[in-house]
Amino acid sequence: MLEVNHLDVVFRTYGGEVKAVRDVSFHVDHGEIVAIVGESGSGKSVTVKTIAGLMQSENAEIRNGNVLLNGTDLLKMTEKELRKVKGSTMTMVFQDSMTSLNPTMKVGKQIEESIKEHTGLSKSERKDKVITILKQVGIPNPELRAEQYPHEFSGGMRQRVMIAIALACNPELLIADEPTTALDVTIQAQILDLLKGLQANYNTSIILITHDLGVVAETAKKVIVMYAGMVVEKAPVDQIFKHPGHPYTEGLINSMPDVSTDKNERLIPIEGSPPDLFSPPTGCPFVSRCKYAMEVCEHHIPPEFEVKYNHFSRCWLHDERAGVNHFNANKEGEETDQK
Amino acid sequence: MNIYIVKRIFTMLLTIWAIATLTFIIMKCIPGDPFASDSRALPEEVLQNVRAKYNLDKPVPVQYALYMKDMLSFDLGVSLNSETRTVNEIIKQGAPVSAIIGLQAMIIAAIFGVILGSVSALNHRKFIDYFATTIAIIGISIPNFILAPFLIKYFAVDMPLFPVARWGTWMHSVLPSIALAVTPLAIIARFMRSSMLEVLKQDYIMTANSKGLSKYKIVWSHGIRNAILPVVSFIGPLFASLITGTFVIEQIFAIPGIGRYFVESVFNRDYPVIMGTTIFFSAVLVFVLFIIDMSYRLIDPRIKLTSEGDGK
Repeated sequence: MLEVNHLDVVFRTYGGEVKAVRDVSFHVDHGEIVAIVGESGSGKSVTVKTIAGLMQSENAEIRNGNVLLNGTDLLKMTEKELRKVKGSTMTMVFQDSMTSLNPTMKVGKQIEESIKEHTGLSKSERKDKVITILKQVGIPNPELRAEQYPHEFSGGMRQRVMIAIALACNPELLIADEPTTALDVTIQAQILDLLKGLQANYNTSIILITHDLGVVAETAKKVIVMYAGMVVEKAPVDQIFKHPGHPYTEGLINSMPDVSTDKNERLIPIEGSPPDLFSPPTGCPFVSRCKYAMEVCEHHIPPEFEVKYNHFSRCWLHDERAGVNHFNANKEGEETDQK
Repeated sequence: MNIYIVKRIFTMLLTIWAIATLTFIIMKCIPGDPFASDSRALPEEVLQNVRAKYNLDKPVPVQYALYMKDMLSFDLGVSLNSETRTVNEIIKQGAPVSAIIGLQAMIIAAIFGVILGSVSALNHRKFIDYFATTIAIIGISIPNFILAPFLIKYFAVDMPLFPVARWGTWMHSVLPSIALAVTPLAIIARFMRSSMLEVLKQDYIMTANSKGLSKYKIVWSHGIRNAILPVVSFIGPLFASLITGTFVIEQIFAIPGIGRYFVESVFNRDYPVIMGTTIFFSAVLVFVLFIIDMSYRLIDPRIKLTSEGDGK
């Protein structure tokens, strides 16, 4: 349904060009929840904002690539055509519901606004629709709540309102940019359940950005791991947790706290810090932090290797010339298991 | 809320009293005498009689007490320059004229200032923005006493659309209102531009954008209400000074407003008129500020007016 091919996004700054997104490709099927994970600055948000048509800032430039939604390239659309897609077929939920809702507009009106923009419903029909949606996202007393302002809502309730806005016109694709990061854990679980329910009931495709691997394991079907503006690995969710195909993914999983281990055990960090995107390394972006780094990693960006069916990794270790190692040993092991 | 209003009215009265007292003290510090500037040289006995009539021979604290007593009964005294006119009459005749011009100027300045500022913020660093900013700077730089004669030359003499000067029909009020509006308009436009630029960076604007709204709709329904708050706090005092008359514009257009008395009374040491016009101005200012504070509540629902603290 959504297909992103070879997307390159650059920010022009006084210090030079920042290559925020480099050669990003992935696709999302109907009714699929895809998670994009990666640390801050890895290009997750820029990628989805480009998809959602929210990158018209003067210093961002989409250098290359296309974004196909049901076969049409969103990047080639005129502003007017794109506006018809935004808010109806494709909607977005943002991280911070405190700042993402207009403080001086009633909540009901903020939901009604996109219904008004995209449908021909009358005023009273729109009001009914707003109440229905508020009920659907689990807000009690919807008639009263619709007439209130965002500051009268709690954080979790505000995020439900954000989701209500996104749902107003029955979107096919919902992009959620860290929807649970600003919330506490119990509320997080409720919001994730809500999103999962939508996907199950309405077959909405969801792109979920997060840096919480727990959230990923809980909700997503497919995972895309980004690092320094590149997709380093994409795989089905069970596959990625059991057999990560990239040293960075492996590092992420190892650095997760584990309830079953001894309390006193320290977390395992990934040493070092991400590269400077003003001048990204010529080779693999992870090379300086990778414990398996080889000569080739310094000089050449690894291509996408298909590790297994639907499991891709940008790591030279999957090249046959790398010899038998930790990663392809795993793969071999898996294959023998299957036999 | 009600307690807030009562407390607020009390402080308003206190403020007016404080201003009246200060004005009285400062006024008495100016050397000179209302009758000394008279062209006729009056004999000493006559002067003493006249002074006695207006209580000017009494000690200053007594004069102050007498004035305050009259003020409490809304009697602002008689002008020393023309015995037949009371200060109340002067205000009653002049204030409405000044208020009409001031109000019209304010409406022009607020509407066009907000539009100009919003449009230039929306086209940040594009031609329209530079154009609007240039207009605004010109508006701020040209004093209204320069602009007024030009308006008269082009729109009253060369193209006789409006009367040259004087007061009578609504047409008479157009040119003075425009002349008076230009500077505030430019200032409001600049305020609005920077405030709107700030608002356009907010996350909720991106939310509005993700709903597929057009950029003018975004600015209209999400931008203006949020961006106007800092502008409103500036509009308050401006409004008060505009509606209480402006000496220069009233002088150029020969308009019988109240601004003239404000200035002339000081030169003439016309004590009751100095006091009267000042008290009138401060009363208007204090009242407008009160209205502005109340309007914050309407603009931004997060602001709650309470009687605690500074009332915000």
